[in-house]
Amino acid sequence: MEKIICTCKHVNPVGTKLCEKCGRPLTTEEQEKSVVDMRYDGIAIRSKTHNKSIVDKIWNFFSSVKVGIALIIITLIAASIGTIFPQEFYVNVATEAEKAAYYKDIYGTIGSLYYNLGLSDLYSSWWFQIIVGMLGVSIIVASIDRGIPLHRSLKNQRVKRHASFMKRQRVITEGQPSEQADKTLDLIEQQMKQLKYKVRREDNALFAEKGRFARYGPYINHLGLIIFLGAVMLRLVPGFYVDESMWLREGETRAIDGMDGYFLHNDKFILETYDNDPQGEQLRQGVNVVAKNYQTNVTLYKQKEGAIAGQTSDLEEVKSYEIRVNHPLKHEDYSIFQMDYRLNELKVMHFDLQNKASEKSLGAISIDLTDPEKEYIIDDQTKVELALYLPDFSGFKDGVPQTASPFPNNPAFIFRMFTPETPEGETSFVSIGQPAMEPLGNNQYKMKFASVETRNMSGLTIRKDKTIPILFVGGIIFMLGVVIGSYWNHRRLWVEQLEDGTIRLAAHTNKNWFGMKKDLNALTTHAHLPQYVDQVEEEQEQKEKEGDNTL
Amino acid sequence: MNNEQYFSISSNALLLAFILLLIAIVPFGFATKSRHTVSWKSALALTWIAFILQIIYFVCRWKAVGHAPVSNMYEFMTFFGIMLIGAVLLISYLYKQWSIGFFALPIALIVLGYGSVFTNKAAPLIPSLQSNWLAVHVITVAASSAVLSVAFVTGLMYLLKTATTKTRSTKWLELVLFNLIVVVGFILISTLCHLFFSPQTVEFINKGGQTTVATYTLPIIISNDTEVGIIKLTTSINAKKLNTIVWSFLVGIVLYLIIRYTTRKTLCEILKPFTLRMDLRLLDEISHRAILIGFPLFSLGGLFFAMIWAQIAWGRYWGWDPKEVWALITWLFYAALLHLRLTKEWEGERTAWLAIIGFGLIVFNQVFVNLVIAGLHSYA
Repeated sequence: MEKIICTCKHVNPVGTKLCEKCGRPLTTEEQEKSVVDMRYDGIAIRSKTHNKSIVDKIWNFFSSVKVGIALIIITLIAASIGTIFPQEFYVNVATEAEKAAYYKDIYGTIGSLYYNLGLSDLYSSWWFQIIVGMLGVSIIVASIDRGIPLHRSLKNQRVKRHASFMKRQRVITEGQPSEQADKTLDLIEQQMKQLKYKVRREDNALFAEKGRFARYGPYINHLGLIIFLGAVMLRLVPGFYVDESMWLREGETRAIDGMDGYFLHNDKFILETYDNDPQGEQLRQGVNVVAKNYQTNVTLYKQKEGAIAGQTSDLEEVKSYEIRVNHPLKHEDYSIFQMDYRLNELKVMHFDLQNKASEKSLGAISIDLTDPEKEYIIDDQTKVELALYLPDFSGFKDGVPQTASPFPNNPAFIFRMFTPETPEGETSFVSIGQPAMEPLGNNQYKMKFASVETRNMSGLTIRKDKTIPILFVGGIIFMLGVVIGSYWNHRRLWVEQLEDGTIRLAAHTNKNWFGMKKDLNALTTHAHLPQYVDQVEEEQEQKEKEGDNTL
Repeated sequence: MNNEQYFSISSNALLLAFILLLIAIVPFGFATKSRHTVSWKSALALTWIAFILQIIYFVCRWKAVGHAPVSNMYEFMTFFGIMLIGAVLLISYLYKQWSIGFFALPIALIVLGYGSVFTNKAAPLIPSLQSNWLAVHVITVAASSAVLSVAFVTGLMYLLKTATTKTRSTKWLELVLFNLIVVVGFILISTLCHLFFSPQTVEFINKGGQTTVATYTLPIIISNDTEVGIIKLTTSINAKKLNTIVWSFLVGIVLYLIIRYTTRKTLCEILKPFTLRMDLRLLDEISHRAILIGFPLFSLGGLFFAMIWAQIAWGRYWGWDPKEVWALITWLFYAALLHLRLTKEWEGERTAWLAIIGFGLIVFNQVFVNLVIAGLHSYA
């Protein structure tokens, strides 16, 4: 690898703009400038010096700030497209065909196109994730590309800089101090130390520096973002993320999905509403009640060590808790959230076995709709057999009654009734809202519906997310980096006293020149220095005088 | 004192503050031109009193409704306006530049006026909003949006100051100002109709085949029904919202034409003289500084706190809800702006335009996403 050897004999890597040791401008471009570019202190940046192999080319692509900004803009536009119509996960239909129909029905041809292009599931599409991934790579590469050489150069700063470096700084002074010329450097040291600068001296030169860590702000906030993005990806690793949901009926105890060895008992589901008069938007949307509270009172149980999976006989109570929105049940790494509810699910139906003519009852039976029995015995000669149970009766298909789901939404029964009068049994088909059917001829007895018991169901979500602490760390590092980079600045002052007593001074800050000048004003007075000049401002004023831009 | 008394104190304080701010524009206008301290001092005094009254509004309303009054469109917009006044005072004192108020106060008044169009009744909180994070999240979002809006105001001033006749940039600037007039039009027509027009209802069959009733608070031009209005639309477009937009533009255009024909000047020409005493470089610096304050604050409130609350309430910190997406878009936009400024030397006119677009994104997220795009944040 080629090297650049400066006049001061220091060997610099190729691409260095300002000698690492003495600060002399090494390129003709920098030599021609009246104020050198100090953003990266003139260091050699990999992406600006290597461009041969394919690796170099990829590295250079991602290290470019222009590419980074372009990726931000592309991400931003892509993300906005996803909000034109609702995303699929907010649409309450199950199958692909239903989804396609939904977008077509509600949003017409454009909706159909939106669905077919995959924009309705944009955020999990491969191309969106690739864009975000590229943005992540860009943050990493750009930070390493500039951050590491900058760190090296800031760590190895020399006190003495060459005149050609000093003269090309933005704020400079050169001249004799008006008083105490023999003590000028001491006075400068004194003043700068008072302003909380770190001061180093070497022979007749002085270097004062303050707030160097501010230069690391951008790299710190990028590090935070990378940690954050990394944590988001960590979700895909098994064990880091659990997302399950379950329906739990009142009075029911069930194994918790995704939380092995734990059982949850639903003591009660509570729905409270405000008893206010509807007003405003509430009225306009025709919503009469506003929910006040969704709550499930639960008891969490744990299986004893060594128990067989799914066994519920040997449970230890862990805790009781009232799960509400904004107040999930937390245990170990898991949280259980109140997400949904279903009111008044049928639980038990009571029937009377009656003589149709006399309406005399032979006895009552109660059918547990989630766990019905095969037969209900009233006495020696009287019993009711449940020949067929259809929890969610949806009509007949080829003469056979059908159930739509295993949930007791619309129960129907085929009973066989045995009484002393009818020892062979009579068959009756009973469903809600329809007269009983007697497929095998006229019956003497009937099952008369007496009453029903209902219960509520809670929809709960179980989540474990071990990435959250890492996200927190990433977020905090990001915020720290932004604050450090925005509110602190790196101020430096180089001074050299020539043999005739002339002071040559140069100052630099990465931002807030106003603050830097305030420090310099104090210094000028204290050390009796000649007035400094701001070369950039002078140049601008010159330009403004030449051009006139008024309405 | 009981809740009703607190409620009436809060409403009266807010109204008085509005009037004081309206009056304060006049001395601010003088302050931009004359060197007499009396003008900017009286302007500042009025602004301070208004700000204190607004704080009284906020505290009393909190007491009256029992939760942080930032839970519906009226409350949010009002608080946004209050924060905007606070941000203007802060930036004015940091830079000792009093003419910012002349441009910022009308913006704050538009925000407050926009909020006042919505019902000021306090609605009870639905379960997901019953959390201390409501106050933490919304207050930081409003504060950051307000500081970023100052960057918009100074950006506007920068562009007005550099505006020359008949350039493309000046035409776009005129369009930005015209849009503000349209919002004023919306506020005017809504307030007038609220006072003098009784709402009309229209019944129509919606896409799902159900009969829907739409209550129009403005006179009907456009509807989904054949019987009423001048133009009839298919049911795939919400005629009620379009009706409001059409009214706003009509009134806005009338207002704009009145201004144009009475003064014989464009809005840019009218406003430009008020920027004469401002220094361009300083305006650019203030804009940048406001973004440097607003951006981390927005990251904190709009993303970080938002994620924490979403995790607690909904069990997931990120769900690609439209509001979340637009907060991310706003954040990405300001990140891009800062990169352009810090590494690509974008300054002055270019960043001023970006600050205006940024404000547009904030307004879009607070208004459009709530009212038009359905999602978890659709309130009021």
